[in-house]
Amino acid sequence: MLELIIAVILSSIPIMLAATGELVVERSGVLNLGVEGMMLMGAVIASITVITTGSLFLAVIFGALSGLLTSIVFGFFALVLATNQVATGLALTIFGTGLSGLIGAEYVGKAIQRLEAFNIPILSNIPYLGPVLFSHNILVYFSFIIVFIVGWFLLKTKSGLVLRAVGNNHDSAHALGYSVVFIRFCSVMFGGLMAGLGGAFLPLVLTPHWAEGMTAGKGWIALALVVFASWRPLRIPIGALLFSGITVMQLVGQARGWAMPSQFLSMLPYLATIAVLVIISRNKEFSIINAPASLGKLFIAGK
Amino acid sequence: MITLSPRSNISFSLTLLTPIIAIFFTLVMGLIIFSFLGYDPLKSLYYFFIAPVSRPDQVAALAVKACPLILIASGLVFCYRSNIWNIGAEGQLVFGAIFSGWLALNFLESNSFLLLPCMMLVAILGGMFWALIPAILKIRFNTNEILVSLMLTYVASLFIDFLVRGPWRDPMSFGFPLTPTYSDAALIDRVYIPFVGYIGQLHYGVFVALFVSVILWFVLMKMLPGFKIRVTGESSSAAIFAGFNPSHVTIMVMCISGGTAGLAGMIEVSANIGQLQPNISFGYGFTAIIVAFLARLNPLAAIPAGLIVALAELGGDSVQISMGMPKVVTGVFKGLLLLSLLAGETFNRYHIKFDFKKGNK
Repeated sequence: MLELIIAVILSSIPIMLAATGELVVERSGVLNLGVEGMMLMGAVIASITVITTGSLFLAVIFGALSGLLTSIVFGFFALVLATNQVATGLALTIFGTGLSGLIGAEYVGKAIQRLEAFNIPILSNIPYLGPVLFSHNILVYFSFIIVFIVGWFLLKTKSGLVLRAVGNNHDSAHALGYSVVFIRFCSVMFGGLMAGLGGAFLPLVLTPHWAEGMTAGKGWIALALVVFASWRPLRIPIGALLFSGITVMQLVGQARGWAMPSQFLSMLPYLATIAVLVIISRNKEFSIINAPASLGKLFIAGK
Repeated sequence: MITLSPRSNISFSLTLLTPIIAIFFTLVMGLIIFSFLGYDPLKSLYYFFIAPVSRPDQVAALAVKACPLILIASGLVFCYRSNIWNIGAEGQLVFGAIFSGWLALNFLESNSFLLLPCMMLVAILGGMFWALIPAILKIRFNTNEILVSLMLTYVASLFIDFLVRGPWRDPMSFGFPLTPTYSDAALIDRVYIPFVGYIGQLHYGVFVALFVSVILWFVLMKMLPGFKIRVTGESSSAAIFAGFNPSHVTIMVMCISGGTAGLAGMIEVSANIGQLQPNISFGYGFTAIIVAFLARLNPLAAIPAGLIVALAELGGDSVQISMGMPKVVTGVFKGLLLLSLLAGETFNRYHIKFDFKKGNK
């Protein structure tokens, strides 16, 4: 049972990181559908780094940075050239999937050294609670902390207020003298960094090798998670744990041979995503109150 | 700083030139990436774009590959024109194949000429059924059709996997996940030309695709439903003012794109595979998104656009065999192509001014 809870926490981290990044991006009024592509770039670069250098620290850093680099492509097209955000995001996912497969071709299936768990002294010795809460690798702690930092930044700081203003009404923000494109570009790069980090978590912790398309839709689930959280950062971990709970449950079900075809069990995370989207979206007051009003709309300065 | 200012009139020649420039730009970027990764760039380009079409039967293979892309893209154009983002055509394709497969497997002994048209009809219904789920959820509950249609794609491929491994598996298949082979009446013939014979794998389904794209062009450009769709996409407030119901437009475009995707799934199985198996599509539903944009959201232009993108698909196979590159390299080209096309759209619509003076906001 303890192991299951730990598995749920671990597998929630990639989508939690990616969704936290995307939440900031969407709060600034940009819809980046390239999360899947950025995560794959993070995953492949982290794998290659750890295989060639043996350094897990560098793998985490380079994984995150490659997500950021990929997001710059998106920013340049969608923000500077004002291309359609939905199509640009799709292009980024297609591009990232292809490029990660191409550069990772030689490294497929090679064993990767795992990121070690870090036991917090004393606290990790508490029975039951210790292994569940205080005996994880450093990225797990970081993910939960970053959610709170993002929540504080968005809702309590002036910069966060400006970012939200840009997302709610870019023309007014522009008229007040804020550089809409600059603020959005920074948000997009933060989103890339988080997606890259979430991607890096996959080969470094969950399945210790690189495989083509190993995210298997996690980037898309992260996008759904932002809707689930109705653009409130602190709701991201709840959603992430819920989704990964369903994922772990269906894996357990398959292993124990539940009387249900395995394909139907595998459908559960996707069906749950749809169900959650319906429940959240049907309540208009709940879902629209925090939705950035300019989400996905083109911005041309001085039009 | 780069600033954009709208052009007053968009010239026709520029509209035609944009995709050509985008393709050229993609090739240059591809060359740079290839040489960066240590492949001989010119040799890769040869195997990518020239070797796959150097014989007549290979040109036929190109048309066969383009067939589902043209079909699906002609339908997706309707969605994207009206700002409905159906990205789950892959799942709708699978459901078209499942529905028509159900009919074919129930009439394994049949040799009626009616079987094939009936299969086409139920395939269209199957694709529509799967596309209506995100459409109705969007209208009824305001859910995001992008995420729902994509999630349903994963569900559809798991569902066909279940069918061919479970209830529909051929008991004589030695444990392979395959259904029984369709009867001849459920298969689409290859094209036979007197004195010449068969041209590679060219089948009649290709003509169905061409026919559908012409019809859909006519509907979009010359008929009232098409006009409603175009108005809705260009200005939703104008559409509402004119009394066009946005929910009806959503249902209509999702039915059209789901139907074409379903038909593509049926043709793919009846012309090329002959039975159902876990994987019946090579991501045609996703690739067709790029075809739709390359065609600049015009169903008729989906024909040349489909052929160009099909070339990139065959090129991926070719470089895999002759140079050992992974097949996913086509994804790099496809992603770059879509990005260049979108940038081309901006260059087409706006004057772009580069201004690097300091202190300029």
